[in-house]
Amino acid sequence: MHELSIASSIIETVRGEIASRPGRRATAVGVRIGALAAIDADALRFGFDAIVKDSDLEPLRIDIEQIDRRQRCLDCSTEFETDRYTLTCPACGSLRGACIAGEELDITFIEVEEA
Amino acid sequence: MTDVIQVQKKVLSENARIANELREKFARTCVTVVNLISAPGSGKTRLLERTLELLPDGVRAAVLTGDIQTEKDAERLARFGYPVRQITTGGTCHLDATMIERHLIDWDLDDLDILFIENVGNLVCPSSYDLGEEAKIVLLSVTEGEEKPLKYPSIFFKAKLIVLTKTDLLPYVPFDLELAKLNARSINADAEIIETSCQTGDGLTQWMSWLEARVLRNAAVRS
Repeated sequence: MHELSIASSIIETVRGEIASRPGRRATAVGVRIGALAAIDADALRFGFDAIVKDSDLEPLRIDIEQIDRRQRCLDCSTEFETDRYTLTCPACGSLRGACIAGEELDITFIEVEEA
Repeated sequence: MTDVIQVQKKVLSENARIANELREKFARTCVTVVNLISAPGSGKTRLLERTLELLPDGVRAAVLTGDIQTEKDAERLARFGYPVRQITTGGTCHLDATMIERHLIDWDLDDLDILFIENVGNLVCPSSYDLGEEAKIVLLSVTEGEEKPLKYPSIFFKAKLIVLTKTDLLPYVPFDLELAKLNARSINADAEIIETSCQTGDGLTQWMSWLEARVLRNAAVRS
């Protein structure tokens, strides 16, 4: 349960971005979470809302985009999404693959309006 | 009027920045840094005790050991004569790069060959925090169940080495060693797997060789 500290880091980034934009306030922040990031979206939303509530940032909203794990087969180059548990290539059956998506823990956008 | 600012930034960019500084410092001083991660009670401290006991003379080692409360682990590990420092997180369920930086502040890394970081017992949160280490090592004891790699894919995915511990208990528990290894490989086909028992000493030679290979490789860079 480290989602609260993750939420704090996101809010710090938002504060940093709006500090350089006088007269604007943030209304939403976009976050991308990969399946391998070990972050529970509901817990993150809960922690985020708890920090924002009754603060000067209210009503800041978090917009969470979840990303599946994607693999590229090192033998036949097929790219496929996986449920995290099975890495067998659906085309050739190889277990040799590289992870090409699913580790994200990124801030993607901040929506701002006139304060 | 609403505007959207495109940001491409890691949520943990501040942690990543400090971890990268640490990684550069470890590389410059040629010190091997490993981060031991497992559920509580899988045997991280026990494996470290055995490791410090078995370290060849002349290897300069140190330990940072993390716990939510108490200095018990540091007391256990200090008996071997190497520098040990406890990181008491006071509730936080993982170590982060700042804690490592803060606790290394007056240690001269040039005087070290290997630094062991024992993370807080937890298979979830430590996987998000880069500590600048060379390798994450995940421990899984045979009393925990074969499906653990599937339940905690993130940390098993990031591990360079998986150490199966307490194998002396295999006759007494319904643990399918081959299935556990298959599950671990299905998450991470590249990780090495070593089976160990700190009780009987089985597998410890292989474990020490794994460490030694890294220390020697880094020492070669130094000279």
